[in-house]
Amino acid sequence: MPKDSGIGASSKRREDIRFLTGDGNYTDDINIHGQAYVYFLRSDIAHGTLNSVNTDAAATMDGVVKIFTGADFEAVGSIPCGWQITDKHGEVMQEPRHPVLAHGKVRHVGEPIAAVVAETLEQARDAAEAIEVDISELPAVVSMKDAVKEGATKVHDDLTSNLCYDWGFVEENKGAVDQAFKDAAHVTTLELVNNRLVANPMEPRVAVGDFARGTGDHTLYTTSQNPHVIRLLMGAFVLGIPEHKLRVVAPDVGGGFGTKIFHYQEEAFVTFAAKACNRAVKWTSSRSEAFMSDAHGRDHVTKIQLALDKDNNFTALRTDTYANMGAYLSTFAPSVPTWLHGTLMAGNYKTPLIYVNVKAVFTNTVPVDAYRGAGRPEATYQLERLVDKTAHELGVDPIKLRRQNFITEFPYATPVAVEYDTGDYVATMDKLEEIADVAGFAARRKESEAKGKLRGFGVNCYIEACGIAPSNLVGQLGARAGLYESATVRVNATGGLVVMTGSHSHGQGHETTFAQVVAEMIGIDESMVEIVHGDTARVPMGMGTYGSRSLAVGGSAMVRATEKIIAKARKIASHLLEASETDVELKDGAFTVAGTDKSVAWGDVTLAAYVPHNYPLEDIEPGLEETAFYDPSNFTYPSGAYACEVELDPETGQVTIERFSAADDFGNIVNPMIVTGQVHGGLAQGIGQALMENCSYDSDGQLLSASYMDYAMPRASDLPFYDVDHSCQTPCTHNPLGVKGCGEAGAIGSPPAVVNAVLDAMRSGGKDVGHIDMPVSPHRVWEAMNS
Amino acid sequence: MYNFDVERPATIAQAVKALSTEEAQPMSGGQTLIPTLKARLAMPSVLVSLSGIDEMKGVRKNDDGLLCIGGGTTHTTVATEAAAHYPGLAELAARIGDPAVRNRGTLGGSIANNDPSACYPAAVLGSGATVVTNSREIAADDYFLGMFETALHEGELVTEVKFPIPQASHYEKHLQPASRFPLVAVFVAKFEEGVRVAVTGASESGVFRWTEAEEALSGSFKSDTLKDLTLDGSGMISDLHGSGAYRAHLATVMTRRAVDAISD
Ligand SMILES: Cc1cc2nc3c(=O)[nH]c(=O)nc-3n(C[C@H](O)[C@H](O)[C@H](O)COP(=O)(O)OP(=O)(O)OC[C@H]3O[C@@H](n4cnc5c(N)ncnc54)[C@H](O)[C@@H]3O)c2cc1C
Repeated sequence: MPKDSGIGASSKRREDIRFLTGDGNYTDDINIHGQAYVYFLRSDIAHGTLNSVNTDAAATMDGVVKIFTGADFEAVGSIPCGWQITDKHGEVMQEPRHPVLAHGKVRHVGEPIAAVVAETLEQARDAAEAIEVDISELPAVVSMKDAVKEGATKVHDDLTSNLCYDWGFVEENKGAVDQAFKDAAHVTTLELVNNRLVANPMEPRVAVGDFARGTGDHTLYTTSQNPHVIRLLMGAFVLGIPEHKLRVVAPDVGGGFGTKIFHYQEEAFVTFAAKACNRAVKWTSSRSEAFMSDAHGRDHVTKIQLALDKDNNFTALRTDTYANMGAYLSTFAPSVPTWLHGTLMAGNYKTPLIYVNVKAVFTNTVPVDAYRGAGRPEATYQLERLVDKTAHELGVDPIKLRRQNFITEFPYATPVAVEYDTGDYVATMDKLEEIADVAGFAARRKESEAKGKLRGFGVNCYIEACGIAPSNLVGQLGARAGLYESATVRVNATGGLVVMTGSHSHGQGHETTFAQVVAEMIGIDESMVEIVHGDTARVPMGMGTYGSRSLAVGGSAMVRATEKIIAKARKIASHLLEASETDVELKDGAFTVAGTDKSVAWGDVTLAAYVPHNYPLEDIEPGLEETAFYDPSNFTYPSGAYACEVELDPETGQVTIERFSAADDFGNIVNPMIVTGQVHGGLAQGIGQALMENCSYDSDGQLLSASYMDYAMPRASDLPFYDVDHSCQTPCTHNPLGVKGCGEAGAIGSPPAVVNAVLDAMRSGGKDVGHIDMPVSPHRVWEAMNS
Repeated sequence: MYNFDVERPATIAQAVKALSTEEAQPMSGGQTLIPTLKARLAMPSVLVSLSGIDEMKGVRKNDDGLLCIGGGTTHTTVATEAAAHYPGLAELAARIGDPAVRNRGTLGGSIANNDPSACYPAAVLGSGATVVTNSREIAADDYFLGMFETALHEGELVTEVKFPIPQASHYEKHLQPASRFPLVAVFVAKFEEGVRVAVTGASESGVFRWTEAEEALSGSFKSDTLKDLTLDGSGMISDLHGSGAYRAHLATVMTRRAVDAISD
């Protein structure tokens, strides 16, 4: 029987009321008395020498407060990168300077060259048009493979080449892997592209800088997934503002999908300019700016190979990937194709030998960084496409081949450095076959064929790693940050609680689920628990939300803090009950002496904590407030199996998704409705990548898909009603809630199923093309069918 | 946007007068023009709003049996009020953009703009309609001159379009996945005196008549008669969403499907 509150209940998302009724408080809703507006003049040239920026005429125009150029930021730090990769030769990656405003050179379309602060946005824009920019155009570096050729034009003149790093993982395995390929009974090879995407959160980025001259305090309001990270990176590395003089607030944020993790120039600019102009400065990105300034996602070009023995057991896997970094290193960019990608290459299979090579490349394009799934979708896509291709080459059933090679014993140490604690890949595959009605497919194919359509079925598995940790390990891997999470639980005298979490909710529903957990632990109503996040002045140092870490890491910190609260409350209760602490139990919001009817209510205990008249003052302090920092001992490993059924119109190449089924193992689940919603959203993005979305540059580095006229976002009508199941649950063994994370699974697990299904449909029409690149647009399908 | 003045005339005559100002520009639904202004790609001195001109609105059948639609009539109004007279046209209007676009966008604005991927030009040309302006009448065959190019003079207004009503018609479109405008769409109209076929979205010269298909279908109105007809992909638009060859192919498929839809 489903619960109606607490852990396991589908409590309604309390935050939605304000989001849906227009009462949200987004960054653009923040207006500070006397604020000015900034307009960024951005480069329309991909690569060039910036000879001069003349602002003389512009500076005299109506409403102009001040105009800034790269020269104003010479003494200011570089936008920092938060992860340093060491390459296969033991060298650290090449790390270029990333200026707040372009200086010396422009390196991608959209790079800010000058910033006009004016009384109104229109005046700022008028003045920006009067700025004279002199750029000598240089050849644009766009294709990654060309970029790393001998003698290629360099994006950064002070680096030795366009190669950021050449990473080998695990380098020591390389010889054994190559030998296994020599000994293989069968080798399948696949070359593919993981298409570049633009995240497109509904709310574009916004930043408002404020400065209080009286106290010297800076405040930045920004659309961020992790305000403390921004405070640290921007304060310490860019502007030199100590953290105690800098407050960063990320209020309601309308979707992030990774692209709001990173520290961007615009944030540093408004903070800097607020002091320089002595008034608040606001920037609101237009959608057009978002396309050319928000970090993009994916963009890998990969060759992958699988070796099998004569019994179809996987014996070795090797990959060669080119990963596009864009023109500069965005905050976590170097980690995405390496530690978030290479470590996942085992997938759900017991392949004993794996070698991953990744070349990260600079190009004259927008920086690329984490986007929903970050590295794991890239790993899953290549592996699951490869396994499917292998099955067809061998003439074996793709599901059977997968099952044969599944990891079945846990914990399982992969050859790519991670240890899966739990999982049951057979169970999720069984569940998938049931919900996807695999048995009924043949009949559905007949129905489609009767309408002149081809029908295809595609399946894939996925494994992902959430809650990247522990800090001491990630430090060794090059992270310049810790990956713990924090929570402060403050109990008020009248019994209500405020939880200040270092996680950040930008759509995930933390205000609801986190309250469910604490309410359950104490046995009180969810409405007595308030969740606060997104403000460095209110919340202890936290690392924010990405990588599906919030409940697994942030939730664990909150559980630890709540445990401390309960322990102290028990002490107070045992005093009030004149009983031994060990005899006092907490149940349904009251402390009871075991085996008696003597009890004291939660509210009486909390009141005693703050009005300590009858209180063990000699043993404990008054008050009831606790903080915990939680640093996990391992990642969590959600997994699952997905199936997609498509219909393909052979005359037009149009593909429609007829069914999509997802069987996930997320461990324990706090709010099934929210989990389902997270999977739905992830699937929409994964299907969007597979069928529609494509960020495309021409050879001059001009962005071709620079608006919704050309960048195809999925809409509700492009998506089917999903069959989503998360009843397979192997709880995580190392966090207190046994939870794994569900935020990215949909986006990670769906693209290969879609492409596998399209290829299956094409095969049923007599055309076996081996592979087709995403997005599987009607044009591409038609060309493949007619090639 | 750059600054501009706004005029709201109540009659065509007032509008024409207002448009005689240097750099004045008419605005109907603004569904094309306002995004252009926001992107600072146009700098009119005066915007002459046509939305208050009642004589440019409405759907009526005249004494010659032509369906006369005011240039200022919204897509939504055409979708509902033309349905009884000319269902093929009403269905086309009902599927332009989204409800917000259809509630503001107009027939006159659409054909004055003559986007190579717009829907209405296919119906106007495919029906052999007559474009009425404040000063003359222009046959559809003489009106569409190329991408974003028409026979309209500076300051000339599309006040009405007169559509002959075919025995049957159908508009078949394949969507561009991002903009959801047609990637290629075809309007087929079957008249007693012959069949007209107009293709939009495909050609670099904008909407065009596929005369070979018209001749074949005028002989025998069956999709089978089109089986061996092809269009040349050179001169067709080639972009992120499809090559010229693909567009040429789609035009043949859309034509056959339109014919099938009518024959069914
Ligand atoms: C999101 C979106 C989706 C769309 N999807 C489609 C689609 O699927 N298919 C499609 O066909 N269109 C589509 N459109 C375009 C839409 O149909 C527009 O309404 C139409 O193209 C222009 O009509 P309008 O009345 O808005 O003209 P406006 O934007 O007001 O004007 C357009 C141009 O025509 C001029 N003009 C306006 N009225 C007249 C007149 N009576 N005489 C002379 N010149 C005039 C203006 O000066 C301007 O240059 C879409 C638009 C949007 C915003």
